[in-house]
Amino acid sequence: MRRLGDIAAPLALLAALCLGWEAACRLLRVPVYFLPPPSAVLAALWSRAPLLLESALNTLEMALLGLACASLIAMAVALAAGLHRLLESAVRPLAVALQVTPVVAIAPLVSIWAGIDHPERAVIGLAVVVAFFPILSGAMTGLKAVDPDLQRLFRLYGAGRLQTLFGLQLPSAAPFVVEGHRVAAGLAVIGAVVAEFVAGSGGTQGLAWRILEAGNRLRTAEMFAALLMLAILGLVVHWAMAAAEAWILRRWGAR
Amino acid sequence: MIAHLRDAVVDYPGRGRALGPFSLSIEPGEIVAVAGPSGCGKSTALRLLAGLESPTSGVAGREVGRGATSLVFQAPTLMPWATAAANVALPLKLEGLDRSETARRVAGALARARVPDVGAALPRQLSGGMAMRVSLARAVVTEPELLLLDEPFAALDAITRRALVEDVHRLWTETRPAIVFVTHDVEEAVYLASRVVVLTPGPGRAAAEIGVDAPLPRPEAFRTSAVFRDTVERVSSALATAMGEAA
Repeated sequence: MRRLGDIAAPLALLAALCLGWEAACRLLRVPVYFLPPPSAVLAALWSRAPLLLESALNTLEMALLGLACASLIAMAVALAAGLHRLLESAVRPLAVALQVTPVVAIAPLVSIWAGIDHPERAVIGLAVVVAFFPILSGAMTGLKAVDPDLQRLFRLYGAGRLQTLFGLQLPSAAPFVVEGHRVAAGLAVIGAVVAEFVAGSGGTQGLAWRILEAGNRLRTAEMFAALLMLAILGLVVHWAMAAAEAWILRRWGAR
Repeated sequence: MIAHLRDAVVDYPGRGRALGPFSLSIEPGEIVAVAGPSGCGKSTALRLLAGLESPTSGVAGREVGRGATSLVFQAPTLMPWATAAANVALPLKLEGLDRSETARRVAGALARARVPDVGAALPRQLSGGMAMRVSLARAVVTEPELLLLDEPFAALDAITRRALVEDVHRLWTETRPAIVFVTHDVEEAVYLASRVVVLTPGPGRAAAEIGVDAPLPRPEAFRTSAVFRDTVERVSSALATAMGEAA
């Protein structure tokens, strides 16, 4: 009963907001190019669904590629830092600096490096940049979150540095690593969209380009439809990662 | 002598003295209980004997190799991502033993710890008593010469606790390792050990050493004997004196 309420409550709020929005647009005769009513947005979404879906998949593909690259690099760096404390001290400030620098500010630079003819590289590159820190931070924290008594057992039984790293520290870090990936996946989508905006060309055919394209033509309902698709994409990524996290943690042995 | 501490002192920077000076020698095949109040440094003494810490001053020595020493903690300390069998196999895997021999010895150790059927279970699927038995199986799978038990049953209910004490006795009769058993339960110490070393409140020093005049292993009926009651009385009184002197 409570679960049903949890699902129904946000849907009821959304329906009420849409009804209010629709009524306001009609009663106040708001121009469609300024604020289209939800019915116009849904109509645009329906008519452009195949194109928007294709664009969403493009954005998703590049975000996931970025996430995969970020995962490989961040895990390799975290494992290396787990072997040498000095390396961790060296890496952490640089990673934090990268994290606190706004992604929009880095985007033009990444676009230049990727090359004007390869906007998809810039999109993946920027997704890597934003997804890198949560994975690195989670892995570095997790590698140290080891049960001290288990660590003592490994020492007592003569485990080498690599045996302890891969046999104890890495499995112990699993919940932190998974959490880092969940956060990073959402950020990778944001990074990909920002890069598409900065690239400002149709080369990537992602959702940001659809928003730009519709905006340039003052087709505001289509802008809203692309935005809606972007929100749906974000939610799908969030739910998929949350489900993957729950599954992995169950397999991992968490209570 | 299989392991010893001679005037061992452990100081932790910023936290002061945790133990000592404390001396203790362990002979092969004997069971020694180290009893004392919380925070007296019992676990620190055990870590010195295991070679996991070095004394700030004094000597901590073992005449057995690392592979011949096992340790059981207050909590089962199992890897949550690994099955019970994989947990028990840990020391053998780290030693580089081949798979078939490892599987054979793991099955044997689980059977000796009276949990032969839990090999495929994850730690979260085990009760507290079963998890502790898996922990015991991991400790005996290497057939250690020195078995160190750090208040292993403190978190268990009275019935499970009594059953596990019996299991420790039984495991001891099979391979006769030297056992050092840290506890703050006087009755448990007297029932299980051939001698009880009483520590003063922290930093722990030896306040008394009391022999238990009954052969090992002991029947359950020993708990109602005059020797048992008398020894419990002497250990309790030594503890009370040590506490009083400290106060």
